[in-house]
Amino acid sequence: MTTAQPLIQARGLVKRFGSFTAVDAIDVAVRAGEAFGFLGPNGAGKSSTMRMIGCVSPPSGGELRILGMDPVRDGPEIRARLGVCPQLDTLDPELTVRENLITYARYFGIARRVARLRAAELLDFVQLSERADSKVEPLSGGMKRRLTIARALVNEPEIVLLDEPTTGLDPQARHLVWERLFQLKQQGVTLVLTTHYMDEAEQLCDRLVVMDGGRIVAEGSPRVLIEQHSTREVVELRFAGESQEPFVSKIDQLGERVEVLPDRILLYVPDGDAAVAEVTALGLHPINVLVRRSGLEDVFLHLTGRTLID
Amino acid sequence: MGSEGMTQLAAKRARPGPARVPALAVLQYHLVGYRHTWRGGVLSSFLLPTLTVLGFGVGVGAFIDQGVEGVSYLEWIVGGLLASTALQVAIAESTWPVYSSLQWTRIYFAQYAAPLRVTDIMAGQLAFVLFRVLTSAAAFLLVTGVLGALRSPWAVLALPVAALLGLAVAAPTFAYAATASSDSWLALLFRFAVIPMTLFAGVFFPVESLPVGLRWLAYATPLWHAVDLSRAATLGTAPVWSVTGHLLYLAAWAVGGWLLAHRALRRRLVV
Repeated sequence: MTTAQPLIQARGLVKRFGSFTAVDAIDVAVRAGEAFGFLGPNGAGKSSTMRMIGCVSPPSGGELRILGMDPVRDGPEIRARLGVCPQLDTLDPELTVRENLITYARYFGIARRVARLRAAELLDFVQLSERADSKVEPLSGGMKRRLTIARALVNEPEIVLLDEPTTGLDPQARHLVWERLFQLKQQGVTLVLTTHYMDEAEQLCDRLVVMDGGRIVAEGSPRVLIEQHSTREVVELRFAGESQEPFVSKIDQLGERVEVLPDRILLYVPDGDAAVAEVTALGLHPINVLVRRSGLEDVFLHLTGRTLID
Repeated sequence: MGSEGMTQLAAKRARPGPARVPALAVLQYHLVGYRHTWRGGVLSSFLLPTLTVLGFGVGVGAFIDQGVEGVSYLEWIVGGLLASTALQVAIAESTWPVYSSLQWTRIYFAQYAAPLRVTDIMAGQLAFVLFRVLTSAAAFLLVTGVLGALRSPWAVLALPVAALLGLAVAAPTFAYAATASSDSWLALLFRFAVIPMTLFAGVFFPVESLPVGLRWLAYATPLWHAVDLSRAATLGTAPVWSVTGHLLYLAAWAVGGWLLAHRALRRRLVV
């Protein structure tokens, strides 16, 4: 296979469950060595897409090629070269940490001796060596997730699929997971991940698609998406009172765009501090002011009119 | 992760691919799990036959002076008890473990994400069920042999019979557990299938003493066919029915159950 050919190629990919269309004709191409993200709220069709790429869910329509093969016909051959970190843990709580890795390695035809070495290396990589011989049951959520990531690497996969890799983890545990994923990326492993966290997408993804209602609404690198769909800075203003609405008409000419959320108004401007000065000059006194850089959250809000996490 | 070690490892393994016999890797996984739990079960697999032989054979047997069909009550029931032990182990090992692997631990989903097929996952699970059935049946045979309840060396043939019965009931039970929407359905199976079968399929008294309608119900159960074969083996006599007929009937349950289980598991994993 040449490097020019995408590892994952989807054209008009569709997934239907009865009359419900979860994935509605999406086009995706993931190249070798890149970290590719599916960003969107719950129910956007990210997990359904991941399951199709993981060759455990046959597409309802369109075309899908993974590593140049057909996921329906060549499922086991493709899965032998994928690493999968599912959204919900699927570890065996009764086995030890090490046994979880070794038994899983055997499914890939890896010799027991090699599996043992590989397990030791991977436990070192995800910083679980000290827990190698304890059962999985009492481990924290972050440790379980790191073990799942280690398990996904046991076959030295060409593509690693991560479905919401840090959902449900505390901030410290999330950073540890990001660190490991970033290291994998540095090693040239192709990462495909879904997330509804903007910071996660910004940290890890070279390129991403924004999904909403089963469709792709934007595509590009985090930086380009922000440039295209948002201003350089955002001013978040919170005014005293029941509703923010009465203040909108007073300030909406100050920015390129205004978004009203239940508890604050977002003012999209090239220069945040200058905009704050203009607000004050109008004689308005918000109880809270925050100037920040635009992020993917703002891109999503602009494209769909909704926030990512309701 | 030492990059030198990684390259070395990569060199050792040609191309990543599915295991040569994937179901065997699945069986190995179940055996690793069993290493953690076997101690709890091993006592009961020896204690249970000892207690049942003493309770039913010696205790109840004392009230049955003339024996059954010319042999002592203990000798008469031992083959049937062996078959019913196989039945209970087979069903216990294919209800909660299967349900849990889909609903609680979701192990089957992890296995299916690896290069295993639905068939491999099922075959590995059922191979482990057979392992449990065979070791329990062997323990039973050993205890009853030591207690002098076996009349014939043909008794060893009760082992393959136990295995076939195990498959005949575990495969459809797998299908049932894979489709169950809540674990209370599993307990129902014991109440409405296992217990009635154990009571009425010829383990404790000849099926011929049942009224005709019930008798045919007993004949329809896979257990009765295994009981008849197993009893013939431990007594060293010919079974009531033809051996081929029994084997074919049990095999039909196994094959039918396998097809149902495959369909049920496929529906759960491939969506």
